[in-house]
Amino acid sequence: MFEGFDPVVLARAQFAFTMSFHIIFPAFSIGLASYLAVLEALWLWTGREVFLSLFNYWLKIFAIAFGMGVVSGIVMSYQFGTNWSAFADKTGPIIGPLMAYEVLTAFFLEAGFLGVMLFGLERVGHRLHFLATLMVATGTLISAFWILSANSWMQTPAGYAVNADGQFVAADWLKVIFNPSFPFRLVHMVLAAYLTTALVVGGVGAFHLSHNARQPGARVMFSMAMWMATLVGPIQIFAGDAHGLNTLEHQPAKVMAMEGHYQSHPDGAPLVLFGLPDQAAGRVNYAVEIPKLSSIILKHSPDAPLSGLDTVPRQNWPPVPITFWSFRIMVGLGFLILGLGLVSLWMRWRGTLYDSRLLLGFAMAMGPAGFIAVLAGWITTETGRQPFTVFGLLRTIDAASPLAAPAVGSSLIAFVIVYAAIFLAGALYILRLMAAPPSLHEEGPRSDQPAHAAGITPAAGVAAQGSPG
Amino acid sequence: MMFTFDLATLWAFIIAFAVFVYVVMDGFDLGLGMLFPLFPEKSDRDVIMNSVAPVWDGNETWLVLGGGGMMAAFPLAYAVLMPALYTPMIAMLIGLVFRGTAFEFRWRTTQEGRNRWDIAFAGGSLLATLAQGIALGAVLQGIHVEGRHYAGGWWDWLTPFSLLTGFALAVGYALLGATWLVLKTEGPLRDKAYKLSWALLFAMLGAIGAVSVATPFLHIQYKERWFDWPNILLTAPVPIAVAGVAVLLLRSLDQRQDQRPFFLVLLLFALSYAGLGISMYPYIVPQSISIWQAASPANSQIFMLFGVAVLVPLILLYTGWAYWVFRGKVKHGSSYH
Repeated sequence: MFEGFDPVVLARAQFAFTMSFHIIFPAFSIGLASYLAVLEALWLWTGREVFLSLFNYWLKIFAIAFGMGVVSGIVMSYQFGTNWSAFADKTGPIIGPLMAYEVLTAFFLEAGFLGVMLFGLERVGHRLHFLATLMVATGTLISAFWILSANSWMQTPAGYAVNADGQFVAADWLKVIFNPSFPFRLVHMVLAAYLTTALVVGGVGAFHLSHNARQPGARVMFSMAMWMATLVGPIQIFAGDAHGLNTLEHQPAKVMAMEGHYQSHPDGAPLVLFGLPDQAAGRVNYAVEIPKLSSIILKHSPDAPLSGLDTVPRQNWPPVPITFWSFRIMVGLGFLILGLGLVSLWMRWRGTLYDSRLLLGFAMAMGPAGFIAVLAGWITTETGRQPFTVFGLLRTIDAASPLAAPAVGSSLIAFVIVYAAIFLAGALYILRLMAAPPSLHEEGPRSDQPAHAAGITPAAGVAAQGSPG
Repeated sequence: MMFTFDLATLWAFIIAFAVFVYVVMDGFDLGLGMLFPLFPEKSDRDVIMNSVAPVWDGNETWLVLGGGGMMAAFPLAYAVLMPALYTPMIAMLIGLVFRGTAFEFRWRTTQEGRNRWDIAFAGGSLLATLAQGIALGAVLQGIHVEGRHYAGGWWDWLTPFSLLTGFALAVGYALLGATWLVLKTEGPLRDKAYKLSWALLFAMLGAIGAVSVATPFLHIQYKERWFDWPNILLTAPVPIAVAGVAVLLLRSLDQRQDQRPFFLVLLLFALSYAGLGISMYPYIVPQSISIWQAASPANSQIFMLFGVAVLVPLILLYTGWAYWVFRGKVKHGSSYH
């Protein structure tokens, strides 16, 4: 088995699979942690019970999603060594410290305060508990800061030198951290996480409103989520546009692949709406185009020349079909989110926010859209960086571990089986929690479960008596 | 033995510290997982789970610091060791996936589903522990390196010695778990934990003895390090201290001092770990790559040193606070209400 396979292709498949699985959870938990902090702040500020019950409602879902993010994240951090050891050796002096800072400033912060956030409300009092929630939310954002800095450095390396062993070493840490694509990627990704969470919250709110338009918790969460879509949806489109222009400046081949521009257009490039990219022939078949629009978007001038992949050596071409299609999926969903925000604004103005069947149906359908958009966006940017791992400097083929195909093939199959089982179970439990409406006296994690019937309320059951020496 | 203190040595200590904290903190979590099948009562399992639920995630984070820190401070070692330990590492990761998700999942399902996640919790803990112990043995017995790459096959790690270290670590973690239960529980559950502690302590002393006897036969360097004059003046106190701690442990188990056994087992781990350090230093990949050969450029190590100096004390502080918040005996719900 696997004898005929290329081990590097298998390693890429494994990284893509485990990464795609992983990113779903941080994309959700970054936004959800912030949302929980807002809910708890509103509860402490207004004293309204509905905010506490929403907090407890989403906290249980957060606990599951966060746990799945943690366990799948550890897999990622070790895969740099197990499957991409040449990459680890060459970029360790730069990527390593960025990840070490992520662990020190973010992972410990999240993990250290998570226990108190989940189980400690009765033990530490409201203020300290809110502090714990804030620390967890801050931790998720700091984590995004470092890991996106590391990823951005691989896209737009800066501030480095190469030593005698062929390793990348830092010449200027500030330039390494704040490399050219980092600010754009950070804003785009954090907004994406917030929108993803807002869409899930909005979808769940819409589901419960469609059964009972007077459900108080569902009304609050739906309204909050639709405000996010209305306000952040358009900002995200601007942020994405700015990110695209930055990519054009630093990674033009990626933009060519996103646009499906195999050929150069000296007198203004068309925007290819749809088509079938043919990588071997180097053209897009059956293209539906709007003349000049690509030059207008990317260069703000209808006749501005745009180079195509015909100016890039063939061995440096990214795989256009995947990049092209994933980009269109992301952008399409981005405009649907904008549409949802606008429709909800219109209904809000008309006073039918909570009972418009059209809006509730739209919001439910868009519930999972954020996840798909995030995945499509990451596939666009990571595939568009190929055939390089560190753009322009280190080829993917030269970054892999010296492993034989059977080793990588076996681990890939193991991950697929294990993750499928875990994902199905986790999704089922999360959907089950979401299917119940938030009750007025929603309890926190570990109080609504079967264990309660047996008389255990673990948050309180972990009684403070005696001390461990 | 020659000992010079420089940046690479400092980082070797920092990484060793992170790995040690991981071993003892996640060690008792994983140990509890392995002991799970011996506690079939649901109420006992709930108490066991709740005794670590608020802290396990923080405990596991030290593993990420150990791995990430090694990639940052000793990238060459990371790049050689990880492919060499490919199968145990993947097995460990998969074990940790099952163990970690079971913490939440088992509370969200029916009786039947919970039994399944209890098996995942126990099996995942056992798999991760064996994989870590086997990886340790595989490193100690030596790794085939050519240039800057691992040059062996994907089954090189599997030897009688690595199986011995895998077994030894499983016994050690189980002992940590049992004494943690002595510390955190009461009643019949604690009585059972005391019984298990006795048996596991003897098993662990046997395992320490077996690994200590086998190690010098792996390489002549290990034998010289431990037994040659004047090294033996420095190495002899380690086994003597192990014997002393073992006596204290037996006494504290006999006198049923709930608070002491767990911390004495930590001491036992610290001594065994120091023994490993004596065997390995100054190599990070035994007999082929020294810490200086593997070290990152100074500016990478210095850049991170600022973070470690400021943040690790803070981390220890708020982690300590979290343990303090959930201090004391974990009770069965029925006796609490």
